[in-house]
Amino acid sequence: MIYQGKQKIWSEYQKEIPDDKWFYVRSCIRQNFFPASERMFMEICRDILKKDFYETEHHTTCGGIAYHCDTIPQETAMTIVARQFALMTEAGYENYVASCITSFGNYTEILQTWEEFPELETRIREMLWKACRKEFDKPKYLAHASDLIYKYRNLIAEKAKFRLVNKETGEPLRVVEHIGCHYAKMFPSKGVGGAEYPYVLAGMIEAWGGNVIDYPERRHCCGYGFRQYHVKANRGYSISNTHKKFESMEPYRPDMIITNCPGCPYFLDRWQYVIAEMEGKTYGKDGFGIPVFTYEEVAGLVLGYNPWDLGLQLHQVAVEPLLDKIGISYNPQEKYKGLDSKDIMRPGLPQNLKCF
Amino acid sequence: MKEIIVIIGGGIAGLEAASQLLKLGYSPIIVEKGPSLGGHVAKWNRLFPDMTPAADIVSGLVESTKEANIFLNTEISFINRLRDNYNVKLSNGVSISTKYILFTTGFRLFEAEKKEEYGYGVYDHVLTNGDLEHWFNTEDDRRISERDIKSVGFVHCVGSRDEKARNSQCSKVCCITAIKQAIEMKEKFPDAEIWCFYMDLRLFGKKFEDFYTKAQRDYGIHFVRGRVSEVSEDINSRVIVKAEDTLAGKPIRLTLDLLVLMSGMVCNPDCTKTAGMLSLPLDSDGFLKSSDNVLHITSSPKSGIFYAGACTGPKTVPETLAEARSAVLEIHSHITGK
Repeated sequence: MIYQGKQKIWSEYQKEIPDDKWFYVRSCIRQNFFPASERMFMEICRDILKKDFYETEHHTTCGGIAYHCDTIPQETAMTIVARQFALMTEAGYENYVASCITSFGNYTEILQTWEEFPELETRIREMLWKACRKEFDKPKYLAHASDLIYKYRNLIAEKAKFRLVNKETGEPLRVVEHIGCHYAKMFPSKGVGGAEYPYVLAGMIEAWGGNVIDYPERRHCCGYGFRQYHVKANRGYSISNTHKKFESMEPYRPDMIITNCPGCPYFLDRWQYVIAEMEGKTYGKDGFGIPVFTYEEVAGLVLGYNPWDLGLQLHQVAVEPLLDKIGISYNPQEKYKGLDSKDIMRPGLPQNLKCF
Repeated sequence: MKEIIVIIGGGIAGLEAASQLLKLGYSPIIVEKGPSLGGHVAKWNRLFPDMTPAADIVSGLVESTKEANIFLNTEISFINRLRDNYNVKLSNGVSISTKYILFTTGFRLFEAEKKEEYGYGVYDHVLTNGDLEHWFNTEDDRRISERDIKSVGFVHCVGSRDEKARNSQCSKVCCITAIKQAIEMKEKFPDAEIWCFYMDLRLFGKKFEDFYTKAQRDYGIHFVRGRVSEVSEDINSRVIVKAEDTLAGKPIRLTLDLLVLMSGMVCNPDCTKTAGMLSLPLDSDGFLKSSDNVLHITSSPKSGIFYAGACTGPKTVPETLAEARSAVLEIHSHITGK
């Protein structure tokens, strides 16, 4: 691997990301899977870095899942998106940041389509007006939330209490970065680092002390693939894709995986359990899996947040071995305690995948 | 006084043209930006289909232009029109007044790193056709020497016939060059499996088809009709290639010791710059536009300006040489008024 070759490509794909004043839109599904990630993002941006990030409860789905599952036409998705832009306009913001990769891809594709076919934009404006009497300005800047954490990565590193380093050996952790397909594969120039060798997560990993693993199936889909999973008969494709990735990364002995998509951490995390049950195979050390994180969770960890406040107890793969490796303290007794120490019950333990 | 003809470019087209102009009693001046003559061919090892040593061709051409004025390491600073003549100012300070300028500015190999998915410049054992010829000439390339070569892949049409790369033209010589290089690699590494990934095989030239048959029959080279979708690297720095075999109707995945990208021909950007000084038009493929692509391929739309070789589009060595002779004849007709 020639690192300088990647650097050359990265230098050609640097996008402009304003430092402040963003209209933030959440994902439909992330709060169910990784409940503290979006809260963590807002806490880092607003409370720690003192930036102006605004969100509204009137925001809805972008229609991306339905669009990519072929259940709604693009015009419907466009009208939904036009409404989101109207909310941004009403709130007085020009910079739009999406938590979800598919939303980001959806917004990018729609803005580009309107650029190429302005008559379609006019039609969507008419449809939005008929539907809910709203008008909108297009965002001046569009970003994915991981672009922002990438931008703030060094500020976060300055405030970090932990680094992605093995506390016993002092060696950088070996980190797999997995980028959501809709981040830059459709429009390489819209992603930090482009489509083939994205730098958005690699930049965070480097800034926080880890080493990035480049393995053969790095570009491959996590296994979600929308219809691969949502059409029940196709789920074998979903897990076989995930399996392919794990087989490919296994020789590199990764300590952890970081992702920037709603679906990817879910599937990379949960399918490890299924693979272990089906084939008796685990990819971590001593029967554990490889823990999978969102970038906000990792940011929270290096900043010293309590792992259980970050929602890491909802992961399928046990995170404790990694926390021990970094030296992050945690109370095992509090793992399944919710707000006000409410017992949130213990999950059943898998047969083959070691968990706590 | 002998008529002066300025030849821009000291590749094989420029050399052949100079040689022919000398024979006709003219005074050619070759302006070459590089430190030596022969252009791309001088960097090549052997030429298809008879494996002719490229050095022999170049040295023969250089020998035949000994009487010509040659400026090496020299670029065109500017060209302007003064009455009936062109004033050519060179980067070495020399000014030349001439009625005739012959563009033999050739081509540039497509920059393979632009096809990011193939990993040139990122993965350790991904080379270009140019790199491989350099190795044939020098045997100096650690990417090849550091490993026991058991499998080699060749990717055709890298940056050619590729809308995404903004080069829709076929580079014409890559198919036969890939076959030539595949045979040469098989000769050097008899135990290696060699794979060629192609869209179409365009084997139009004399003996090209025979060469292709020989590659399959005598050397056992595998030809896969399908494009490579992505390249990656495994933990041992071996190259992993994913492609589609459109004849078998299935995707394939191969692990190789070496991958060679057949970079196509694109117009030389220096040529475009010089052509801009004279407001010479470019064709839709980015190469110089002839006054007519059938009858007058060596003529420009401007009086006294002529073209030869790959400045107007991808060409083989014999075509380039033939075109240089044709351009000389055209210039001679102009001068003599016949």
